[in-house]
Amino acid sequence: MAGVFAPTRAKIAERTLRTDKWWLQPLITVVVLVSFIIYATIRAFEGKNYFAEPLISPFYSPCLTNGCPDGASLLGQPFGTIAIFGMVISPALFILIFPLGFRMTCYYYRKAYYRSFWQSPPACAVAEPHKTYTGETRAPLILQNGHRWFFFAGLIFNVLLTIDAVLAFRNADGQWGHLSVGTLVLLTNATLLWLYSASCHTCRHTIGGRLRNFSKHPVRYKLWGWVSVLNHRHPTFAWISLFGVALSDVYVRAVASGSITNFYFF
Amino acid sequence: MSAAEKMVKLRIWRGDAKDGALQDVEVEANEGEVVLDVIHRVQATQMSDLAVRWNCKAGKCGSCSMEINGKPRLACMTRMNMFEEGETITVTPLRAFPVIRDLVTDVSFNYKKAMEIPAFAGPTDLKPGEYRMQQVDVERSQEFRKCIECFLCQDTCHVIRDHEENKKSFAGPRFFIRIAELDMHPLDTLRNRKKTAQEEHGLGMCNITKCCTEVCPEHIRITDNAIIPMKERVVDEKYDPIRWLGSKIRKREGIN
Amino acid sequence: MSELERHSYDVVVIGAGGAGLRAAVEAREAGLRVAIICKSLFGKAHTVMAEGGVAASMGNVNSSDNWQVHFRDTMRGGKFLNHWRMAELHAKEAPDRVWELETWGALFDRTKEGKISQRNFGGHEYPRLAHVGDRTGLELIRTMQQKIVALQQEDARNHGDAESHIKVFAELTITEILKEGGKVSGAYGYWRETGNEVLFEAPAVVLATGGIGKTFKVTSNSWEGTGDGHALALKAGGHLVDMEFVQFHPTGMVWPPSVRGLLVTESVRGDGGVLTNSEGKRFMFDYIPEVFKDKYADNEAEADRWYGDQTNNRRPPELLPRDEVARAINSEVKAGRGSPHGGVFLDVSKRLPADVIKKKLPSMWHQFKELADVDITETAMEVGPTCHYVMGGIEVEPDTAAAVGVPGLFAAGEVAGGMHGSNRLGGNSLSDLLVFGRRAGAGAAAYIKASGKNPVSEASVRGASERLNAPFTRVGGENPYTIHQELQQTSNDLVGIIRTGKELEEAIVKLAQLRSRVSTAKAEGGRAFNPGFHLAIDLDNMLLVSECIARSALQREESRGGHTRDDFPAMNPEWRQVNSISAWNGKSVDVIQQKLPSLPKELFDLFELDELKKYLTPAEITSVKGGA
Repeated sequence: MAGVFAPTRAKIAERTLRTDKWWLQPLITVVVLVSFIIYATIRAFEGKNYFAEPLISPFYSPCLTNGCPDGASLLGQPFGTIAIFGMVISPALFILIFPLGFRMTCYYYRKAYYRSFWQSPPACAVAEPHKTYTGETRAPLILQNGHRWFFFAGLIFNVLLTIDAVLAFRNADGQWGHLSVGTLVLLTNATLLWLYSASCHTCRHTIGGRLRNFSKHPVRYKLWGWVSVLNHRHPTFAWISLFGVALSDVYVRAVASGSITNFYFF
Repeated sequence: MSAAEKMVKLRIWRGDAKDGALQDVEVEANEGEVVLDVIHRVQATQMSDLAVRWNCKAGKCGSCSMEINGKPRLACMTRMNMFEEGETITVTPLRAFPVIRDLVTDVSFNYKKAMEIPAFAGPTDLKPGEYRMQQVDVERSQEFRKCIECFLCQDTCHVIRDHEENKKSFAGPRFFIRIAELDMHPLDTLRNRKKTAQEEHGLGMCNITKCCTEVCPEHIRITDNAIIPMKERVVDEKYDPIRWLGSKIRKREGIN
Repeated sequence: MSELERHSYDVVVIGAGGAGLRAAVEAREAGLRVAIICKSLFGKAHTVMAEGGVAASMGNVNSSDNWQVHFRDTMRGGKFLNHWRMAELHAKEAPDRVWELETWGALFDRTKEGKISQRNFGGHEYPRLAHVGDRTGLELIRTMQQKIVALQQEDARNHGDAESHIKVFAELTITEILKEGGKVSGAYGYWRETGNEVLFEAPAVVLATGGIGKTFKVTSNSWEGTGDGHALALKAGGHLVDMEFVQFHPTGMVWPPSVRGLLVTESVRGDGGVLTNSEGKRFMFDYIPEVFKDKYADNEAEADRWYGDQTNNRRPPELLPRDEVARAINSEVKAGRGSPHGGVFLDVSKRLPADVIKKKLPSMWHQFKELADVDITETAMEVGPTCHYVMGGIEVEPDTAAAVGVPGLFAAGEVAGGMHGSNRLGGNSLSDLLVFGRRAGAGAAAYIKASGKNPVSEASVRGASERLNAPFTRVGGENPYTIHQELQQTSNDLVGIIRTGKELEEAIVKLAQLRSRVSTAKAEGGRAFNPGFHLAIDLDNMLLVSECIARSALQREESRGGHTRDDFPAMNPEWRQVNSISAWNGKSVDVIQQKLPSLPKELFDLFELDELKKYLTPAEITSVKGGA
């Protein structure tokens, strides 16, 4: 036996002597992430109820196939309708890889899922079940080092979703100067996504972290300071922006399917 | 017995490399005491040969590292009033290192690793007294120099705690902050620290699960401020073709 | 018994605090093979506790500073009992020693120009203490620890073995200095881990074992401060000088009981903290001694202005030398104006914004928050005097740090005496250990070149081994923990901050009784990592040191610096002319008086004549000044 049961270590039978509810945090993480994945998968394959002028679900924006409704495709429709075994590929599948990749390689989410799903370790000072461990030194986990590419892709999506939010200042007839619950929903979603991106460790590194002498780069140092403050709350932004995306989709779906009407303040 | 005193229940691991077990003791505790005080009372009144390491008793030397209710902690910084009334407090030696006796472990692993990290390499053209550094430029490294070498981060790190075989190739959080300290030092001249961090000291083994940060008694943000920035610097060097190309053209590592 | 573990080195450095490590670096750079012995793990020495900074007149913050001013402050602080040559070397060399640390990787706080920042401290005329927040000691110890590692890496490259020239023996206690033919031949001790005995053969030994705080009940020192080096030197035939001078740091924590004695750094006062009694009065204004009247503000308005404008205002009396502040607090508490837990209040919360306090005093904030559950940005601290430092120590030659009377023995740092006179200024201990640590290493190197090897005889080894094993062979003796508690109580009650002749006599009787009880104290259990056994060994040292303190204190019939006699409350220039020299006669301690070397003319001239008149006798002044 290895690890805490290795022959040189103090002979203690328990894998941990922690008395607190150390399993609670990973359990919550699993429940929340699994729920999100199930919901996102269902919605991604649903392929409808994602657009109701002027609102578009963040799962689908920018809608890139020619099956998309008019007005949903901010960047045009470079892809045709592709079907496999008679099933039309949902436009969501063309874009989800980017935000998904950003979150999968995120330093915070890595901690969360390594602990809760992979149990490596399940909690601090709780022995993990694996016989061997190589960390992020070889494929596939060495690809985590590509986080910055997803970060930049994520920024593009933040721009697109911000445009979506701005477009939501119109009414269903395309006239500007209106504000609805949907506007606020998309605006909140975009804001949370910006906060999530801005607080990202790669962002912090890019903005100034890689510098050796801050004193020679006062502006970047200032920015680095701000990003560092946000970075402290990266886990919080990671979670609430995830809820933001899901809830925005729930709202757009409810409006698009006709379950509720998008309430206009003016 | 004065009003401030009460009896507390402790389970202390006693033994050596061959064998050992948790032993129950009851001992007085006074208001305002920490676990180390109570262990000392056990030593003075019931187990005069109970082995325990300690020095400053103020959280500054990092000697009294042990595991209290399963968590790596400094005994001198663990106040008795954080436990429930009547709760049994379990105290064991660090479980990532070979045990010597009772609460004392062999932490020589850490000193071996310290030896593997190349020392500060100052500029050769500056004489003592000629160093000029701005406060903003030394602050990041100063955070890491707060380290008191209690080795709780090393103890809790599952990479070696749960995998004895990784001790060869993994320096551990304490030495990642040392590498980060030097790599961020405004006047260090050794420029291959990023590469060696990844290739020799096992930075890639870290899966950033942050237990080191959780247990650090100095509240050094080991993961966010040292390990992740070093991982990003390694990406600059090794896994980012654009920056790699840039560095070839400019023939230098990173920017200043 | 199994084969005795033997090692052979050029120099054995006992103690791995700042002085020991600095000595080791110097000896190794002189090409010697060095063993460093630490009682605990490498890097845990009590030096880590030093908070305020290291005093060196670099003049980075105020360019008027120079070594002469530093020398003057040091002599004043020590009430002119300092060995002038040590104070001179110290003031001259401190800046180089600090700058050198930077080249080894130390990161001090910076000024705007990028130089090492310096802060104000009690007794120092200008901002002089290089610092890193309030963890300067840690920075020093870590820097030198890393320098040792750097040298070992160099040795690994050059000789294929990292430990070819420096080897650290951690968790090993030395119980005896061995001598052959009147000269040092080695050291004998045991591994704390296994209890197994070890012999070091070496013609030179550097003692850098630090202090004696553990003889007192309320102390800022860790368990290691048991006066080992003082006792080792005495038993080897060396002398201790001025052991009556024990510094009580004015501000130790008084609550909770478990951390009673733990230091509250002087920087708290340097950065604006004020002392008040239970009536809310800033009482320090009532305690400014005559000799300091022109340097310290006598009203709150001026004292408060000083923090902003140090040129045109006198400094607040909270920054008086440590002995003055400690006595003042002691008096307030005795007069019934103390805080609930028997101290006074030290408040920084009303003077500085919370974020500034956290930035300037991070470990203090941390310490009170975590140990006492007190937020110093909101409430006042409760503080009182705590045994902090012993000015007395091994009598040494200033230039080489060679112990007087024992060829081959060297001493540096707190264990050496003379440098600080009757009272040490804050910040002068870190500079002391750098300056004289280096000189001890160099002194040992020069000595070895001249003297060569000195093999240890088997008879010496047998004797040392027998004495070491005594605590196991005794029958039916007492628990060493009980005796230790009584010793600490005796020191605190009878040899503490305020002394009287009668109490000191009582203490000497009591110590003799304790000594006879220690000779029967038995260690329970096995040899491996047995703290009861360790304490039994240390107790012997502590008793010896306590006796030196009590006898020296009884002899000195005046009050000066860290020695206050209720029955002789005034300072007496006649007593300034003598050092108390303690020596071991095999059964007890003898204390004799020895004339202090007098100040040479060029250093004498650094002072105003009016000031010197406060300390020196008219005859002394005449002899230097030639009747002026």
